[in-house]
Amino acid sequence: MATVRREVIIDRNADDVWRRVGDPAAIHEWFPGMVASDVDGTRRTITTATGLPMPEEIVTIDPVARRFQYRLDVPIVRDHLGTIDVFDLGDGRSLVAYATDCEPPAMALIIGGATGAALVELRRQLESEPRPHDARSA
Amino acid sequence: MGRKILFVTTDQQRYDTLGCNGGALARTPVVDGLAADGIRYERAVPQSVVCMPSRSTILTGQYPSTHGVWMNGVPLPVDAPSVAAELQRSGYRTALIGKAHFEPFMDPFGRFTENMLARSGEPTATRAWADGSVGPHRGFDHLEFATHGAAGMLHYAQWLAREHPEAIGMYYSAIDASFNVNAAGGGATGAPQVHDNPVLRDWYHTEWVADRTIDWLDSLAADDDWFCWMSFPDPHHPWDPPASELGRVDWRDVPLPAGYPVYRSERERILDDKPRHWRMWYDGTLVSNYEAPRDWVPATLTDDQVREVNARNAIECELIDEALGRVVAAIERRGWTDDVDIVFTTDHGELQGDFGLLFKGPYHVDGLMRLPLVWRPAPSANVAPAVVTAPVGLVDLAPTFGAIAGLEPCAWMQGKPLPLDDADAARRGFERALTEWDSELFGVAVYLRTITRDGWVCTAYRPGHVHDGTEGELYDLGEDPLQQRNLWDEPSHAGRRADLLADLWDHQPRRHEPRLALEAPV
Repeated sequence: MATVRREVIIDRNADDVWRRVGDPAAIHEWFPGMVASDVDGTRRTITTATGLPMPEEIVTIDPVARRFQYRLDVPIVRDHLGTIDVFDLGDGRSLVAYATDCEPPAMALIIGGATGAALVELRRQLESEPRPHDARSA
Repeated sequence: MGRKILFVTTDQQRYDTLGCNGGALARTPVVDGLAADGIRYERAVPQSVVCMPSRSTILTGQYPSTHGVWMNGVPLPVDAPSVAAELQRSGYRTALIGKAHFEPFMDPFGRFTENMLARSGEPTATRAWADGSVGPHRGFDHLEFATHGAAGMLHYAQWLAREHPEAIGMYYSAIDASFNVNAAGGGATGAPQVHDNPVLRDWYHTEWVADRTIDWLDSLAADDDWFCWMSFPDPHHPWDPPASELGRVDWRDVPLPAGYPVYRSERERILDDKPRHWRMWYDGTLVSNYEAPRDWVPATLTDDQVREVNARNAIECELIDEALGRVVAAIERRGWTDDVDIVFTTDHGELQGDFGLLFKGPYHVDGLMRLPLVWRPAPSANVAPAVVTAPVGLVDLAPTFGAIAGLEPCAWMQGKPLPLDDADAARRGFERALTEWDSELFGVAVYLRTITRDGWVCTAYRPGHVHDGTEGELYDLGEDPLQQRNLWDEPSHAGRRADLLADLWDHQPRRHEPRLALEAPV
């Protein structure tokens, strides 16, 4: 199985980042190329910008470890595990790692490339918002 | 009214496939005629031997290190410099019809502008796009895309699905069920990526590219200045030309190429003289790059398979030549001929049997690095026909187009307008051509830097998966035109090697910062 990992440092604390990443219904808001995300229990179906529905099984939502995991459940992907980890860097910043383990390997590159763009967009969105404490002081 | 530019590219075409370059298999009278009336370059070198980096070099006039597309699957930023944009801003009508490939094809998320433009049916980006850019996309005010078959969302695939849906399944599937380059064989010999395609010739992508080009040209006003990049997907694999055309070249009559040593022991001896990834790929113990079928082992290649691949490649080259002839005739009908520059080239070559190998990869030898390049200047410019032997690069194309249009040189371009003859080349310092290879595929990294100058090719290897950074290749193109004797470790050539390496490292282009991300396999 091929593995691709992308990571980004975000100038926001881990709780703020996790609030966005840990919401399975919100992924299409920060993942370029996703236009919808429908959640029903542990099943999630995302729809891509090309109109492709991609059903998934949510494996882990762990707010303590700040880990989100899911599996794609489509015939062209024989095996898949997507893992998003949010690490507290202790200085008000977070490290977000998005790993894609996938078979066939070429699909790992396709999904992994998209996850890299997603992290860039996640950082852009979060860092363009006022910090929660800034909002309070305003 | 200025000079108009028809820029013709093919994909993965060898130097020796043209009659004017000594090719004997394919009949290419149209390009041969352009060469006779214009300038034929005998040592045109790509700056990368795979599509996306090389095409990005053509558009930007920059080396891969600088524009940042360091391997296939890395998209060229939408705001990258573009000679088409310079021409468009100066009043030229601009079009790209055929294969672009500045952005990945594999795009289920619809993240890349070119795929989504094709899907939307819009001629270009004229409003803010998802990435925030505003068109025209890369400076082209008309875009129609095609690639090597009927799959995907590009314009040709959509046209075929709409007009001739029965033909979709006729093409070879270039990608297999695992999203790898397909290793399945076909034809009479079972050669990989060879397929009997019953598609009608009129429906084939070569014809479609010419048809769409002619339609676009016919839409222009007589006094428009225009730049049209007509980009044929062939003769890149799959080798599946319309079956109706297979009688043009009988594979049984095709001689084995000079670069294909007939005896296995000889092939393997030559490979063993090169850095070890060559032999490892041949034996099927290392796949370093995505561009060749992962499940195909070159050591299984047979003489007849080499013949059949070369036959079909030649047929595809003939079809391109005839399609170009139709476009040239359309230009003549518009009365533009005297003011039209025609440039014909390709993005990189094809091994096509050399050393017992097919396809492409980190192998900087003539099969991949010696390209056809012909420039027929506008007859009104009164440029004398010539043959240029000095090394030139695809990096020189963008400045050439700018010079044809009378634009001021762009500081961001790293090449120079192509020389008109060898004296001009000497006067303007065409001494060297540089080529780069970087690839990282599932932990296998390969990095090459190559210089072509003074009749030599020298490649240095940086540390990677199977290289420790001491390996290299050194070939005397005059004495060893097939690059079968690696002189890298020959003590008698140590001085030559040192000089070439010093020149190579002295002329490395600046690097794009930050490094762009790999977004897809291709």
